[in-house]
Formats: sequence, structure tokens, C-alpha cells
Amino acid sequence: MKIYELNASEIHKGLRHKDFSAREVAQAHLYRIEQTDKDLKAFVTVTTEQALRAADAVDAKMSRGEELHPLSGIPVAVKDNMCTTGVKTTCSSKMLESFVPPYTATVVNKLEQAGAVVLGKTNLDEFAMGSSTENSAFFTTRNPYDLERVPGGSSGGSAVAVAAGQAVIALGSDTGGSIRQPAAFCGIVGVKPTYSLVSRYGLVAFASSLDQVGPFARTVSDAAWALEALAGHDPLDSTSVPNAPVDWSQPLDKGIRGLKVGVPREYFADGMEPAVVKSVREAIKVFECLGAEISEISLPHTSYALPTYYIIAPAEASSNLARFDGVRYGFRAEGATNQEELISLSRSQGFGPEVKRRIMLGTYALSNGYYDAYYGKAQKVRSLIKQDFDNAFSQVDIILSPTSPTTAFKVGARVNDPLSMYMADLCTFAVNLAGIPALSLNCGFVEGLPVGLQLMGKAFSEMMLLQAAFAYEQTVKLPQLPVFKGGLPNV
Amino acid sequence: MRLTPEQVQKVAELARLQLSLDERERYAEQLSAVLGYFNMLNSLDTVNVSPTSHALMLKNVLREDQVRPSLSQQQVMSLAPELSGELVAIPRTFEG
Amino acid sequence: MYETAIGMEVHLELCTRSKVFCGCSTNYGGAPNSQACPVCLGLPGSLPVLNKRAVEFAIKASLALNCEVAPETKFDRKNYFYPDLVKGYQISQYDKPIGRNGYIEFEVEGVTRRVGIRRVHLEEDTGKSFHDVAAERTYLDFNRSGVPLIEIVTEPDIRSSAEAKSYLEALREIMEYIEVSDCRIEEGSMRCEANISIRPTGSSDYGILNEIKNIGSLRGVQRALEYEIKRQTELVSSGGIVLRQTRRWNESELKTEVMRTKEEAHDYRYFPEPDLVQLVIDNSWLNKCRSEIPELPRARRERYVRELGITPYDAEELVADRALAQYFEGVARLGTEPKLAANWLLSDLRRELNQASLAIEQVKLREAGFSELMVLVSSGAIGSKTAKDILGELVHSGVSPAAYVKEKGLAQLSDTSEIEKFVEQAIADSPKIVADYRVGKERALTALVGVVMKLSRGKAKPELVNDLLTQKLNKGRL
Ligand SMILES: [Zn+2]
Repeated sequence: MKIYELNASEIHKGLRHKDFSAREVAQAHLYRIEQTDKDLKAFVTVTTEQALRAADAVDAKMSRGEELHPLSGIPVAVKDNMCTTGVKTTCSSKMLESFVPPYTATVVNKLEQAGAVVLGKTNLDEFAMGSSTENSAFFTTRNPYDLERVPGGSSGGSAVAVAAGQAVIALGSDTGGSIRQPAAFCGIVGVKPTYSLVSRYGLVAFASSLDQVGPFARTVSDAAWALEALAGHDPLDSTSVPNAPVDWSQPLDKGIRGLKVGVPREYFADGMEPAVVKSVREAIKVFECLGAEISEISLPHTSYALPTYYIIAPAEASSNLARFDGVRYGFRAEGATNQEELISLSRSQGFGPEVKRRIMLGTYALSNGYYDAYYGKAQKVRSLIKQDFDNAFSQVDIILSPTSPTTAFKVGARVNDPLSMYMADLCTFAVNLAGIPALSLNCGFVEGLPVGLQLMGKAFSEMMLLQAAFAYEQTVKLPQLPVFKGGLPNV
Repeated sequence: MRLTPEQVQKVAELARLQLSLDERERYAEQLSAVLGYFNMLNSLDTVNVSPTSHALMLKNVLREDQVRPSLSQQQVMSLAPELSGELVAIPRTFEG
Repeated sequence: MYETAIGMEVHLELCTRSKVFCGCSTNYGGAPNSQACPVCLGLPGSLPVLNKRAVEFAIKASLALNCEVAPETKFDRKNYFYPDLVKGYQISQYDKPIGRNGYIEFEVEGVTRRVGIRRVHLEEDTGKSFHDVAAERTYLDFNRSGVPLIEIVTEPDIRSSAEAKSYLEALREIMEYIEVSDCRIEEGSMRCEANISIRPTGSSDYGILNEIKNIGSLRGVQRALEYEIKRQTELVSSGGIVLRQTRRWNESELKTEVMRTKEEAHDYRYFPEPDLVQLVIDNSWLNKCRSEIPELPRARRERYVRELGITPYDAEELVADRALAQYFEGVARLGTEPKLAANWLLSDLRRELNQASLAIEQVKLREAGFSELMVLVSSGAIGSKTAKDILGELVHSGVSPAAYVKEKGLAQLSDTSEIEKFVEQAIADSPKIVADYRVGKERALTALVGVVMKLSRGKAKPELVNDLLTQKLNKGRL
């Protein structure tokens, strides 16, 4: 077994047994990046020196005989929309191409304090707006299962880094599915925590009322360790909950006998790829075999989630992205002769087409005379969607569905049709609107491409979702690393 | 709801985006399609529904009035695309 | 004839220690861009956390202006682009201001006026721009970005420029009294805008509203409004039409000029600020804020006149300076006759303060000491001249006036036999003056009193000296 194939708990054990040093672990992953990233293009920035320094600090700590946090020495990748002091934070946008923040996001601080080794910053759809990383201003990240296909998005770089063994754990952000959908496309575990469980401080905001940071990992256990490290109250984020009722001490292998599982009929309707539905149905059978009680439920407002999301998210985004004006930091257009021009030229040249499209959409939805028809209406429908889940969770413990209607699609297939691109997140929007947690994990393959199973739970039920996912994972034991196509060596 | 290129232009001005004629046409078409899709919301009766702006209801998150360290002037200045002494510089603003 | 309706919008910087959404200092005078952090620079990823004291100041301001305080409220984003607005939106309050439906009362030429307060809301300040015309550059300093502001909006109840000025003075007095803002209009911690419209007397609809900005002083407010009333009246009476405009007061040319026409009204795209949570102001919090509001100036003035017998003029003077009024109350509470205390405070003590450039809070002679001094004077233990002479020393040293008088031997001589000796010596030493007196030069008596005072080193009680001298001199004449 090669070092890059190990998961976090294996590396932790290896470090403690002195099978290898943290530096060796970091080097193995940096080498893996060097070997594979020409093709995969997961990273925007690789921070080799900082990574080795962090690894050395872990080794020093170990040689002093200090206890290691389970994440100590674990190589992690960070989506490039989370601020890192002294390291470029680009959001994969020309607007922030050379922006070096003077502060670090709380989530990154937490990982670093646990001793995790940050390898670099990963590619995303510009400002996290997209479902394929094709909206990155720099390059498109490729799916390790098929380089012709997208890895999903917006956290595509982070998903690929973990799927391809470039990193053990990675951070993503999920506004409408941006962790779960790429996790599904890349065959790994991705968790979107309950809104307010994980600090947003230092995450470049897309839609403030929907954004959450969460982990990618190849195993449920790794994801659980990472999530526990990320969770917790942050006094710098007013929307961060104090004393979240999540009991991290519960065992993952508690089992799911008697767990009430709801299967919402709306998530198995038209528009879903039959092979995907079939895979998910089979996964549900596994849950049944493990002792879960399966029942069909209804989330009647499911079909309204997409329009609701595409009003609320762009509206908030249009305001969140107003700060990018070329005045104090970031990209500034040349040749402006007055401030009006400076701002509009910088924004027009600094943002890509999808970001502009969403800013336009959001500006329109908030503008005089349209607020009630769009933003106001969407806020009300959001209440109905939330109510659907409240009703459902009075009957069942968790809800299962496909994570995405399809498997990974071909690069370029949807770029000219925004609406079809938006459909890629059809199964994931509602969770963000309701603020509840959800997790995606691999439940099989269709023509060699991974299929994602989505588990949704009520607020702060992360432990239950992880236990259910763990039970499934331990039963089906699917492969965790892809066999690369397109001539990639499995070095 | 169909957006005309002129309406697109007005929205773009509000958002401080300069669009070419071409872009105006394209956005008009794409945004109209998306807005058309939004119309399905109108079929829902929401008269008695109160809006949700946050999924979770926290209240009164406050900090004490204590001064904490700012960034250094050097850190602030190093971010700026253009400087003049200790100030951030931009092309002239016409008041109003 | 035309009537005028004026509504005022006043922005006050609150005197919290830190900014409204971050921990940066609000102090004046720091080097440019040295009081800024990711939050108040609007760096990507930063988030606001609300300053509790700023909320309490806004609540107090609302209460002091007789407003209803919202039991639950929230913040909204006001979206517009401007280089000194770091996030492209201002965090403000749109449909749920902290205070609403209040009023303020004040006197204009002896008549009580009441002006409705439409709303009081909390928001954040912007950075500062400096325009360099020659270099065609604008320079920005973000030290003020994120300083808490309250905006106070009146109903259009103000009828003249003089009333507008009185309103602002009354508002400033209250806000200084409750210590939420230092209200320095010249330094920019108090900023005024006026909305003005005129209508023919008796007509029910007001005309087109004009907004006037950039008014940098109280006098400027009065002048700008006078100018604008005249301009609009002339325009309308000559058959013209008032256009909806935002105008700017040009202080050097003493006129208003067009800033922008209001044809395309701003579209601020307000929506609830998702980075902040709901703000609930329950009764216990409200009562705590209420309990911290001192007696307001108007009520205090009335009480001074009614209960303490102070003249309206002195009451005005005392109350105008909250710290002085506080001091006065302390002195009066210790039993000093209020009128006597008021006289001394407003004339002698104030003179000492001015000379030494001291604030009343810095004076070492506290209320008890001052009260002691008043007892010495009113009991005749020392003369008022002596008291005036030593006041400066007492203000700086803080020693007890009684101890000081004793130590320096300054107590007044009221023993007739002692004074008699000085009187006799003075008559003996000054034959020329005595001769003058005898020929009827009345001024000679004053001169002789002076001689006695000199001999007694100022301690002889002047009334006694006068009596004794007259007795002696007249006796000799018989
Ligand atoms: Zn700050």
C-alpha cells in the first residue's frame, strides 16, 4: 500500500508507530500532486514549503512525546475560497488572482491547530458559482474516473484532490450542493453540515444564508474526524451556533437497526437518470438489510427548490460581490478616468460570465418593483420547503435520495445552457434552503462513473448521518481510489 | 417574463457591469429563460406564509464594546492597487 | 403667502470605544488606514458582529426622543456603490428601525414647539474621501469605516430656518446629555441634511421636496434653509416649478447648488442582512437602558427654576453644561443655598476654569469642598474677596477651604476691639486724608478704609471698618 492510498486513521496509526514521519507523508502527497495534477488540475496553488514546515512541526511534536490529534500530519487541501494568511486566495477569479489575505479563515485555523498539513488551495467554479469547475477563470479540473468529464462543482478541485489521493481530506463549501455533488461525481464522502455548525468567517461569501464549509474524505470515519475538528462556535461569525447539540463521542459503528429511513418520491421522479435511480434503490435495499425501516415519504415542494434557490442565492451574491470594485484590493482595470468607470470596468473585466449572470439575476430580483415578486416570494417558498422537512422528520430519522440526477457529464456539455447546468444540483438545493445537514457517499458505479447517495437529516443530526453512512460503507466496501484512465500512472 | 436588452442594460448599470451589445442580447435571452422558470413559484399560494431569511433562528448575538487590534497600516496599504502616502488612491471622484 | 415644511435627517456618530461590527478603535486622530481590519475594510470572507453598546446607545437615543422601541428588529443591507463604502452595501435598518414615532420639544422665542421623530436607526459609517482636483485623484482613509451611526429622521414639522436651528440645538443637548455622541458638527460626528418644500398657505399638499446636503455648521443650516426658502418662494411666485433635486450648501458662496436631479431615484435593493441575526429588545433590557438615562435638560431647567429658585437664565447656563449641572446639584445637595452656589459657579468658578483651561471634571475642589467654601462665605468667616482670591489655589490643590483659611490665617476679623486699633492707627498715620475728610471730601473715607484693610492684611471685615471709621471721625468733629 502506498502512502497516498492511506486514509487518515491509517496515517495516524502509522505516525504513532513510526512507520513513517509526517514529512514523508507530506512528501508522498506532494509528489502525488506533481505526478497527477498536470492532468487533473485540482490545485490553483500548491504550498510545498509551508506544508513541509507544518509536517516538521508535527514530527517535532511527536519526538517530544506529545499526544497527536487524529488530524496531526494529515495532508489536507483547501478550496480556494477560504482565506489563508500570506497565501493567495483567488476564488478562481481574475478578480482575486493576486489577492493575498492578511487573515486566515476560522476553519483553516482549526485544521492547522489540529496539526493538519495544508498542501495548497484547490480549484473551483469562480466564486463557487457552478456545478463543474468549468467556470474557473483559470482551468477546468478533470474527473479522475474519466478525464473527459467534469468533477462536479463548485468544490471540484477539493473533491478531485481527495479522490485521486493528492490529499487525504479537503475542505469544500456548499451553498446549493457544491460539496455533495462533486463528492458524488468523484465517488467520495462529502458532508454539508447544519447551517451554523461550522464557522463561515474567512469563507468568501457566495450566499450568506446558505453557505456552509464541510469536509471531503474517502472514508466516513475520516469525514467524521474532520467534521468534528471543524465544528464549533466562532465568536467572529454571528450565525455560528453556540453549544451545538451534536454528541461527537457517539461511536460510528452504532449500527442502524430500527433507523427510520424516508424515501421521498419527488426525488425519484422524471429527469433522473434511470441507472442512477437504480443504484440508489439498491443502496436503499442495503439499508433495509441492515435493519432500517424504509418508508416512502413526500416532500411536496421539492420542485420549487430550484427556482427558490436561484432567486435567493444570486440575490445575496449580487450584494456579497459588490465589494469587488477595484478600490482597496484585488483586480483594478486600467485606464479608468473616474471612480464610476474604475468600478464598472474593474467588475466587467474581473468577473467571468456566470458570475455576471448571477449578479444580474440577483440584482434584478432585489430591484425596485420586483422584490416582492421574486425575493419576497422566494423567502416564503423557502418556509414551505423547510416545513416539508419538519413534517418528514416527525416521521423518519433520515431521508435518502440520489445526490445528483446524473453521473459526471462531459466537459463542455452544459456550458451554454445555464438552466441545464443548474439542474445538476436539483437534489441538493432544498437541504441548503432548510439549513439541515446532508452527506453524499458513493453507492456504486454506472459505466465506470460513481453514483452518489444523499443522506439528509434534521438539524444537528450529523452523528446519525455519519453512523448510517458508516454502516453502509462497511457493508458494501466499494473501492476508494479510481483506476485512472487517460494514461495516468497509479504511482 | 421576458427581459429586453434595454432592461438588461438597466440592471447591469445598477450592478456596475458594462455589457457589450452582444452580451446584452445573450443575457436577455438566458435570463428570460431562467425568469420564465421562476414563474412556477406563482402557482403557490403564500398569502399566509411568513418569509424565512435564516433557516436557524438565533437572536441577540452581540459583542462587548472592546477595542481589538486592527491590521497594521502596512497590511492595509499592501492590499491596495494604488497608493498615495498613507492613503488609498483612485481616479478622481465627482462628488454626488 | 407660502408655508414651509422642513424635515431633518441627522446622522450622529456614537461614542463607543470600538466600531459597530468589529473591534477597531473609533478614536479620532490615528494615522490614516491604521484603524481598519478585514471586517471594516470589507475584505472577502469577513463577517460583522454587533457591538452591544452601540445598540444600547441607539435605544437610549430613541427613549430620550420619546420613541417606541421595537421589541424585535433586524439589520438590512442598503446596496449602492461608492469608493468609500467598502462592501458595496451599508449595514443599516430599513423597515424595523430601533426607534419610531417619537417627538422632541424645545423653545423657539419663548414658545414651545414639538417636532415629530419619525425614526431612529442604527447603521455604519463609511470611510473618508479627499479630493485632489489638481492631481485628478481621490484619496481614501478607512479609519471611520464602520464607526456606529444613528440616523434620526423628523417628520416635516419644522416651519422655519430658526426652528431648524433650535431643533438641532435641542437634539444636540439631549444626545450630549445621555452621552451617546459628542455631536461635533464641525468634526463630522454630527451631520445634517434637510428636506424642504413649500406650499401656498392653506393648501393641503406640499410641493416638491428638495434635499439639502453638505451643511457643515449650525449657522450653515439656518442660512442654507433661509436661502432655499427664498429661492423656492421666488421661483414659485414667479410662475416657475420647483424640480425634485438634491442640492448642496456652498458655505463659501452662501448658496445651494444642484448636486443631482432626483429623476432616477436610488434603487438601494434593501434586503435582510443574512450575516446578522435577529435583535430582540425585551423589557428588562429596555428598562436597564431607561434607568441609565439622566434627567433631560428641559426637565432639569424647569426643576431648577421651580424647586431651587434659580433664575431661568442661570438654569439655562447651568444645564447647558451637563458636568457643571451635575456639580451644582452636588453642591446644592450638601445644603448650600442654590442661588448662592449658582452665582459662584457661573461667575467665579467658571472664570477660574477658563483661565486654567480645565474641565469641571478635572477640578480638585470637589462638591464638598466647594460647599465648605460657600459656608465660609455665607457665615462671614471669610470675606467674598478672600474667597475669590483663594479660589484659584483651591481649584488646583484640592485642600479643604476651611483648613486652608486657617493655615494661612485668612479668617475675617470681626472683633471690634482689634479693628479699633487699626482704625486708630490709620487715623493717626494719615493726617492728610483725615483733613480731606473733614473738609467734606467723601472719597477720603474710602481711602481710609483701604489703609485699615492694608494694616489688617485684608482680614478686617469691611462693613465693621466702615462703621468704626465713621464713628471715630465724626466723634472727633464734635
Ligand atoms: Zn475593523
